[in-house]
Amino acid sequence: MTRGPTVSVPRLPRHPWTVFLGRRILRLFLSLAVVLTASFAMIRLIPGDPVRAALGVDAAPDLVAARRHALGLDTPFLTQYRHYLGGLLHGDLGTSLTTGTPVAELVRTRLPATLEIAGLAFLVTLAVALPGGLLVAVRTRDGRRPRSELAFTVVTAGLAGVPDFVLAAGLTALLAVGLQLLPVAGAAGVESFVLPVLALSLAPAAVLLRIVRMEALRVLGEDYLRTARSKRLSPARRYLRHAAPNTATAALTVAGSLLPALVAGTVLVEKVFAWPGIGSAMAQSVVAQDYPVVQAMVLVLGTTVLLAGLLVDVLLAVLDPRSAIREM
Amino acid sequence: MSLPPGLRRTPMAWAAAVMLASLVVLALVGPLVWGASADRPDASAVLQGPSVGHPFGTDNLGRDVLARVLTATRPSLLLALAAVLLGAGAGILLGASTAVLGRRARRLTAGLINLLLAFPALLVAMFLAVVFGAGAAGAMLALAAAGVPGFARLTQTLAAGVAGTDHLAAARVLGLGRLRLLGRHVLPNIAEPLLLSTTTAAGTSLVALSGLSFLGLGVQPPGYDWGQLLNQGLDRVYAEPLPALAPGLAILYAALAFQLLGEVLAGNAARRGPAPRTPAPTPAPWGSPRPKAGGGPAEEGLVLQVEDLHVELPTPDGPIRPVHGVSLALRPGEIVGLVGESGSGKSLTALAIADLLPYGARVSRRTLRLLGADLAALAPKERDRHLATGLAMIFQNPASALNPALRVATQLTEAVRAHRGASRAQATAEAAEALRRVALPPAVLRSRPHQLSGGQRQRVMIASGLMVRPGLIIADEPTTALDVTVQREITRLLSEIRRDTSAAILFISHDVALVGEFCESILVMYAGTIVETLPADRLADGARHPYTRALVASVPDLTADRDRPLPTIDGAPPDPLTPAPGCPFEPRCPRRRGHCADHTPPLEDLAADHRVACWYPVPVAADPETVAAS
Ligand code: SF4
Repeated sequence: MTRGPTVSVPRLPRHPWTVFLGRRILRLFLSLAVVLTASFAMIRLIPGDPVRAALGVDAAPDLVAARRHALGLDTPFLTQYRHYLGGLLHGDLGTSLTTGTPVAELVRTRLPATLEIAGLAFLVTLAVALPGGLLVAVRTRDGRRPRSELAFTVVTAGLAGVPDFVLAAGLTALLAVGLQLLPVAGAAGVESFVLPVLALSLAPAAVLLRIVRMEALRVLGEDYLRTARSKRLSPARRYLRHAAPNTATAALTVAGSLLPALVAGTVLVEKVFAWPGIGSAMAQSVVAQDYPVVQAMVLVLGTTVLLAGLLVDVLLAVLDPRSAIREM
Repeated sequence: MSLPPGLRRTPMAWAAAVMLASLVVLALVGPLVWGASADRPDASAVLQGPSVGHPFGTDNLGRDVLARVLTATRPSLLLALAAVLLGAGAGILLGASTAVLGRRARRLTAGLINLLLAFPALLVAMFLAVVFGAGAAGAMLALAAAGVPGFARLTQTLAAGVAGTDHLAAARVLGLGRLRLLGRHVLPNIAEPLLLSTTTAAGTSLVALSGLSFLGLGVQPPGYDWGQLLNQGLDRVYAEPLPALAPGLAILYAALAFQLLGEVLAGNAARRGPAPRTPAPTPAPWGSPRPKAGGGPAEEGLVLQVEDLHVELPTPDGPIRPVHGVSLALRPGEIVGLVGESGSGKSLTALAIADLLPYGARVSRRTLRLLGADLAALAPKERDRHLATGLAMIFQNPASALNPALRVATQLTEAVRAHRGASRAQATAEAAEALRRVALPPAVLRSRPHQLSGGQRQRVMIASGLMVRPGLIIADEPTTALDVTVQREITRLLSEIRRDTSAAILFISHDVALVGEFCESILVMYAGTIVETLPADRLADGARHPYTRALVASVPDLTADRDRPLPTIDGAPPDPLTPAPGCPFEPRCPRRRGHCADHTPPLEDLAADHRVACWYPVPVAADPETVAAS
């Protein structure tokens, strides 16, 4: 037997991870600063007097003054900012102008409901698009079944264009009267999740399906799948063990980019279904011009989006250390 | 509305055009035709359900819902278009101006844009709409502003692609000012993708504006658009679903129209790029006409027996036959080289033997026996098992032939676990042994391919082949992707394996010098046929086919006279799409005569182990037999 060259098995050096996490967290803090400043500035930027707008023109002047004082609107700008940040650190998100209750309380009771439908919708998107895209790719690879391919393209293009709140409204209109199969308002029981989650996940699932199919088609043409074929592995093993993991990075990258829009979509969808979450609270307070609540909801939704983005990026880096870290 | 020139008139393009045209017409005439009835209150018909006069019912002032939806086309479209044009204009200006800025300013704006892009545009738009104050103008401006970072980044990315081109460098050398550079050279070059994105954004913008109005941040009463009508309809959806459905359908229709247009434009842009797809042929993996099972007579003691192999491949311009009439045989422990230019059909021959041809290829052969078993006579399952355990393939590029996502252990053990029913522990032990054979430590089992060097990866490929203890190894250009010293290691390794396991090796290469050094006998392939077979030791001075001669002459090591310039073979191999009669080498052959162009020379014996397909073989002075014959 020949003695080959001495073999060392190189591992990725440790420091890329530190660099990656350091940069990623720095970016998170910068974005958080943007959210904080924006939400702080919002109430001050609104033309006119937000307190008077919320309480009505005929509100008693001393009540308006008291509310202005409670909001700290009568102190210098920087002091206000310091107070705002200090309050946030203590979990103080302000007080609702219309109900007088602490906004933190509102967030605490409503955030879980929003996270539930957004998270569930994201999972449904992945659960439909990852296997579905792979399956369609397998069935249409190398120009097989051109009709199915065309049908797939047209249908997913159409579904990707269906706006979430319009779908929500349509489902409500169809199911509210006549077919009383599913609850169309409120959160009560498992069935009540069906429509909001469906409305939120349909378009992202269609977009992701197309991406996963394209990516899977590329992977199916790779040499290592021919190698797997030369080993006469079963189709299940070839597609699931050899092809699927290689589509994961691209699929998750795109899925991650769909997530922010999905979270933002909860505002409109929750309004349609009267879902007791952050979004419907924001929708209500927008109409009532209850700015402290709007401000807090912007902050919470913005932060949610940022944290979800961080989660996806870290997940990607774990799944595929080379590409994720190289991209930084 | 007509399709822009160059657009393909597909059904999808027509649908998009018709839908958009109908929207434009509605926006133009809607308020004129239905405006009056949309705004006419009717105290006697408040909150009615559908009727003949009001197909979608009436609202709380007795106004006709359908008329209001149709009339609202104009404000809905106009606001969306205004928002997208404003946002795209500002974004493109911002992104393009950074392209001609200095490095530091460019990085700063890029960073800022990235920060803003972390937030969904809809959320930003809601935030800004609150700040700007509820109303049509505020919502439109908010939406435009929310779209700026996206367009800026897209423009930056596209412009960066242009900025690197020679074209722009040349313009810069000419001393053009930054603005001239931008207007003359950067923007025109990226106009098309920007236009495509603007189209798609118009649809998104329309939906987002409807969303803002739906929230109460957009158009305020007494004005109305689709989003506001939807909101009003939803308030009473339990009593009456249609007033909510009508504006919803309108938004959906418009959204789909823009979506479809984007799809058509994108498809059109993509189509101008790569070549058209190969039309799908009907699959016939094991050939037609299917020869009778058994084929030619079985010859004892052969590892591989192939007779009269033909391969037909579909191409966009019609089927080609890149392999026709190839026969070859290998004995245990024999190393046979299959040599030829790229496109000669040597790799397809290997893939046909291994049943790995691409989809749509058709194979026919008189005989194909592997280790004595006629592959055509086996049931598919048995054939798979027989091929998996009898034959190992080693491919050209180990970097792409190994799966980057799987550990070496998995890739080595899966075949024996699937086909020999080996347990994981047993298979892993065998894998460590196989790695030892190729001089790799067992630690490699835990690595992934990207952690190995090119030579190590090819050793892993060979070890993977050894796992099944094959009777035949087909190595298709196994060293081409490696550097020269590693090439030697791999060929030496293959020789050792042949000696230790008595497996036969079919070594495919374009490198006649390598094959001559390393193989025992050589098959020379040209244009889909074997033109000469000879023992390796006769290659340097005993080749008789003019093509083999030319191949040998193009290698410095094999010719005695090193002072002469290396001759190259003039001309190109025949086009497989237009097969001509006669000898395939005739157009390039220095020895051709009239006869050659019309009659294909058969592969005939010259000596016991030397066959050639040529009417006028090159004489060999040292060979008395040949001298006597001519
Ligand atoms: S048959 Fe004629 S054309 Fe063909 S190689 Fe021989 S001499 Fe040349």
